[in-house]
Amino acid sequence: MQLTGAEIVIRCLQEEKVEHVFGYPGGSVLFIYDELFKQDQIKHVLVRHEQAAVHAADAYSRSSQKIGVCLVTSGPGVTNAVTGIATAYMDSVPMVVLTSQVPTAYIGQDAFQEADTVGITRPCVKHNFLVKDVRDLAATIKKAFFLAKTGRPGPVLVDIPKDITNQKCEFVYPKTIAMRSYNPIVKGHSGQIKKAVQLLLDAKRPMIYTGGGVILSDAADKLTKLVRMLGFPITQTLMGLGGYPGTDRQHLGMLGMHGTYEANMAMQHCDVLLAIGARFDDRVIGSPGHFSEVPRKIVHVDIDPSSISKRVKVDVPIVGNVPDVLDEIVKQLEAAEAKPDAKSLAAWWKDIEEWRGRNCLRYKQGDLIMPQYVVEKLYEVTGGDAFVASDVGQHQMWAAQYYKFDKPRRWINSGGLGTMGFGLPAAMGARFANPKATVACITGEGSVQMNIQELSTCKQFRLPIKIICLNNGYLGMVRQWQEMFHGNRYSESYVDALPDFVKLAEAYGHVGMRIDKPADVEGAFKEAFVKHKNELVFMDFRTNPTANVFPMIAAGRGLSEMILAEDL
Amino acid sequence: MRHIISILLENESGALSRVSGLFSARGYNIESLTVAPTEDPSLSRMTVVSVGSDDIIEQITKQLNKLIDVVKVVDLSEAAHLERELMLVKVRATGKDREEMKRVADIFRGRIIDVTESTYVIELTGNTGKLDAFLGAIDTSLILETVRTGVCGIGRGDRILKV
Ligand SMILES: Cc1ncc(C[n+]2csc(CCOP(=O)(O)OP(=O)(O)O)c2C)c(N)n1
Repeated sequence: MQLTGAEIVIRCLQEEKVEHVFGYPGGSVLFIYDELFKQDQIKHVLVRHEQAAVHAADAYSRSSQKIGVCLVTSGPGVTNAVTGIATAYMDSVPMVVLTSQVPTAYIGQDAFQEADTVGITRPCVKHNFLVKDVRDLAATIKKAFFLAKTGRPGPVLVDIPKDITNQKCEFVYPKTIAMRSYNPIVKGHSGQIKKAVQLLLDAKRPMIYTGGGVILSDAADKLTKLVRMLGFPITQTLMGLGGYPGTDRQHLGMLGMHGTYEANMAMQHCDVLLAIGARFDDRVIGSPGHFSEVPRKIVHVDIDPSSISKRVKVDVPIVGNVPDVLDEIVKQLEAAEAKPDAKSLAAWWKDIEEWRGRNCLRYKQGDLIMPQYVVEKLYEVTGGDAFVASDVGQHQMWAAQYYKFDKPRRWINSGGLGTMGFGLPAAMGARFANPKATVACITGEGSVQMNIQELSTCKQFRLPIKIICLNNGYLGMVRQWQEMFHGNRYSESYVDALPDFVKLAEAYGHVGMRIDKPADVEGAFKEAFVKHKNELVFMDFRTNPTANVFPMIAAGRGLSEMILAEDL
Repeated sequence: MRHIISILLENESGALSRVSGLFSARGYNIESLTVAPTEDPSLSRMTVVSVGSDDIIEQITKQLNKLIDVVKVVDLSEAAHLERELMLVKVRATGKDREEMKRVADIFRGRIIDVTESTYVIELTGNTGKLDAFLGAIDTSLILETVRTGVCGIGRGDRILKV
């Protein structure tokens, strides 16, 4: 059947079982919007800024096994989307971004709303395409979905000139796709896995360190099985939280710049490290030089060979899809005659319990609301089972430290790029992907204002998100660094002239609450989550303005060089 | 260390900028880069000369392999290989310099491919060192223009880079 390019786009999305598209219309994308209008299988979510469309699509992917899709117009639509695309790219989130382009004949002529989309987005996508012939359109979209979700996932962009959306050709959606230049490795090398298993069995002070790769590859169950089987301690990165139950005793909490004392100490002092779907980045191990002062054998499992031995030399690299590799490790462990060295392990756990005994996340709740307390109460009220989207700053770290995620895909934050403004649109995406779930957005008064316009989208689609704004009146994370490293000179980190968030929420048609006293925190949560269950509630918590995030490792320092709250 | 990296990639528009963009974005150095289609017009072959430690070169090859348009990557300098570069030099050739220029070109097995009353264009192929040596052997003040293609390379014997 002959279809127009615009019809083909919609048919392809239907073939891919896409239920939601997040987007914003404009001149060059009109034919596609026209086709969206004529069907009801795909629901379009109209955001209020293209950045939000991309964050929402991104969180849609992060919070489910579906693929987020967004659609924006050429020129400013694309440039607005770039921050969202880069955010997804840094965290390897699968996503398909459809952009429209000026008509083919106008490309290169500085046409109205022309931008070199492929050029601008090249460094922040897994791959991108400019469709130059309507006959290539269906296969290109197929490739985009295939590339986005296989191998190391990532955003893939398809740029479609307006004239192509109006030309006709025969529509066939390819069933499969083969690319000679793209063949990601799935199964790990069994010889390497054998070496890894031997190292694990010989370890005296073993440690498991996991990252976002576990979440992205849906390996949580397999990881949990392996960790329980070995009885080893485990720590997870900011991106990995929820891959292993956060409430389990074997879990030492998050590691890294704001990781727990026990996690960072165990990471530094272990003799065998099993790293899974993680990449030893600067916020995780601090200085690579300091890290390698302690000799240890490292096994590194990752689907991306370029993540291996990038910052830290590893001894046993295993390239493969995490769940497949974990299966093989478990199989080989079951077949092995030797068992982990119980005596050494017991001694190691004794050290760890001593570190844990420092109770590094302790804080004092005084007259002013402590932000940590708010997160702990949120955890209680939601039974630890909410989808929690976060913005970027101190509140993000407190959320990661105090909300114990037991399940994968519940914790949604911008780890790699650290994009303020991610939280609210991400909460929207999570709610669309999980229409019955409790969705909270932990944010700061700085971050939330970077995409505050989305309160309007939330109203239109009746999204009962609970916004927990930890309002300290500062760009808190910036203020903390200025306090610690710049002699208390608070250069431009005080947020003056804040809006009345209660009135603002009400103006958008939502419920607003302001909470000033520690004693009111719990009650406020009950009101928000029970009485206003079906409404969006903006909770403006006035928190202690000078609270800091601890433990902390200064940038460039080593894992065991933590500053603890008790030191100050 | 200097490495010669050979890349087979899809002959798609934009593929070149993906490779060059990768080098600049990650701060890898490029000494020279050549690219042209192969006998199979759907494939291009690129040769990149880069200088870096073994760790960096390993990252470069891994990152190149990650590009979707890249089909194969080989570090030619890991084993026996040949490298050639083509250079065209336009020199002033008058008076006694005219004779001398021809003599030096002959020694380097260069060919004079354009002649005017006052100039020569000399064509020279060889590895980078040979071309540098030629430029060193003639009087620099006589050089009017030089253009070099950058290195292209191929493995010796059974080392074959093909799909
Ligand atoms: C788009 C963007 N701009 C700037 C920054 C740098 N930055 C990181 S944290 C932070 C402060 C965030 O303030 P707020 O949202 O109020 O959260 P708090 O740290 O107070 O919890 C800033 C400015 C960033 N991460 N993202």
